Parts: sequence; structure tokens; C-alpha cells
Amino acid sequence: MRLPAFQTFIDAHREHVYRFLVAAAGPDDADDCFQETFIAALRAYPRLRNGSDLRAWVLTIAHRKALDSHRSRRRRPTPVADVPDIAGAEPVAGPDDSLWSRVRQLPPKQRAAVLCRFVNDLPYAEVARIVGCSEEAARQNVREGLRKLKERI
Amino acid sequence: MRIETSLRRAAGRLPTTGSEESALRTAARAEREGLVDVAYAVTGSPVGDLVVAATTRGLVGLFYRELDDVLVELAERLSPRVIESRSRLQGPLRDLDEYFAGRRRAFRSSIDWSLCGGFARRVLRAVARIPYGGVQTYGDLAQGIGHPRAARAVGNAVGSNPIGIVVPCHRVVRAGGAIGGYGGGPERKEFLLRLEGAL
Repeated sequence: MRLPAFQTFIDAHREHVYRFLVAAAGPDDADDCFQETFIAALRAYPRLRNGSDLRAWVLTIAHRKALDSHRSRRRRPTPVADVPDIAGAEPVAGPDDSLWSRVRQLPPKQRAAVLCRFVNDLPYAEVARIVGCSEEAARQNVREGLRKLKERI
Repeated sequence: MRIETSLRRAAGRLPTTGSEESALRTAARAEREGLVDVAYAVTGSPVGDLVVAATTRGLVGLFYRELDDVLVELAERLSPRVIESRSRLQGPLRDLDEYFAGRRRAFRSSIDWSLCGGFARRVLRAVARIPYGGVQTYGDLAQGIGHPRAARAVGNAVGSNPIGIVVPCHRVVRAGGAIGGYGGGPERKEFLLRLEGAL
């Protein structure tokens, strides 16, 4: 399958990726991670062999960028939140963020599996591709992740 | 509440507003980092919407066609790194506005001939020399590039012009007064020639 123009690709997947990152990286870091994700995708784009399965490909990148952001956040002292210039210009951390925060505490594979399933509604075959495991292991990762989330309620 | 239900409900509340702005910032950053092989913008004009595209070497296309079609062609024939980015197109867009307002006769941007094959390139370079307000017949054009009996091949080359208006194939006409064909349709050709005072 031919590669679409990059603009076509970003338009087709930006909402998926953005929602994934608001959950996976948190509302404060979603925009940065989004840019990192698509710039990394753009660098690699001409080397792709075909244009099938671009959604799984870009979400894999997004997952790695969110992980990077999560790890560097844990090493940094918590920054004082910037006051936005315009009210409502950025996604505001609402009551759901404590739930996503707990998802972000999961080990990477479970975290990715839970997010891909619940945020992006992906079939297990695609979840497996993104997490980098078999389909059965992807199901197991979701089950384990949900079990851990239940424990902390 | 079951954890699955909480997750699904929270997922339903995740914002999508913000993705468009993030995408725009990404395009600007891509341009800054030299990753945009082909930049394009869509602009209105008295002859309809125009898709204007440029590489770092210059203007590479100006199309009357549907954007989706154009993007497919640009991605296949030039590079898949095709991104909407007005900043690179500022000069050509401004020149086009001034041209349609009757305030400009010559376009200032350099031309990237990558979408034109060898013979077409020779023909279109000659077309680019036809002055504003003037016209040239297919026959004279053929003569001018040293192929006096190749008027039909020259005609095909003119018709293959990917850079409408700026490479003025609208100024190439039939001998004997008929306007002749035009990729953008006869109404557009007539409009442009009238605008330039050639009709």
C-alpha cells in the first residue's frame, strides 16, 4: 500500500494520538509528546515500506514518547504549574486525571495495553503490535493491568 | 463501579480539541527542522481554489484540482513528506494576490521543475518567457525551441504543465485566433488572458 502524504497521515490519526497522550502522558505533557511523536514519525516516514497499519505504528511511537516523558518527570522535581494565558487553552486536569495517573503507574506493557484498549478501542491484534507481544500476551497485559487498578481503589 | 466502566467513561471524556493546534505546531516545527520536503497551501482566487506547492528549491506545483488528488500525486512523485505549511508559500501567495488584483505582472519565486520530464521542461521554460499580456502560438513555440514540426508534442507538453498561472501556459494559443485548450478549462484561460489584457 502506497504511503499517503504526511499531512493526510497526521490528519487521519491526530485525534487518536492526542487522546492517547492526554491519558498516557497527562494533560500538561500531551502537546509536547504529540509534537515529539509526529516529528519522530516524520523523520522515519520515508523509510517505511508500506502504508498499511500506520495507526499502530504511530501509537507505538506515542507510547514510547509518553514513557520517556513519564520517566523524566519522575526524575525532575515537580514543576510549579504554569498559569495559562487563555483560560481553557490547554486540557485541564479534571477528576479523571487521578484515574489516568494510576494507569500511568502501571508497568509499561500493561499501561500501553490498557490505554490502547480503553482509549483507542483497538483490537487485540493491534494492541499486540503496539505493545510488542503476542495477542494472548496482550490480553494478559490488559487483565493484569485492570487487576492492579482494582487493587488500588 | 467496575474498573472497566470507569475507564470507558473517562476515555469518552478525553478531549480531542487541542489536537488540531498541536498538529499546527508540529508543522511549524517540522519546517524549522528542515523536514518538510513539500510544503503546500490552499488559497482562494477569482478562478477558484488553488493548491500551491513548493520544495526548498522553489514553486513545484500550482493546481486547480482537488486537494486529495494533488496530495497523492505529490507524495508519489516527489516525496511523502508533504505538509500544509503556509510560511514557505508566503511569497508566492502574496504575488498571486497582487497578480489577480492587477498589480503584478511577474512572479518572483524560483521554479522547481521536478514534476516535468525532459522535453516538457524545455517547452515550459520557453513558455515561462512569454511576457504578461502577450500570447504565442503552439507552432511558434515549437519553432522557438528548434522543433518546428513538433507542434502536437509541444501541445502535450504545454498541457502537462504542473505550475498553472505562474508558468503561463494560458498564454499559448492556436494559430488563427482560437484560444485553444487549457488544463483548467476554457473559462479560466479566457479569464486570465482578459485579466492580462491579451484578449
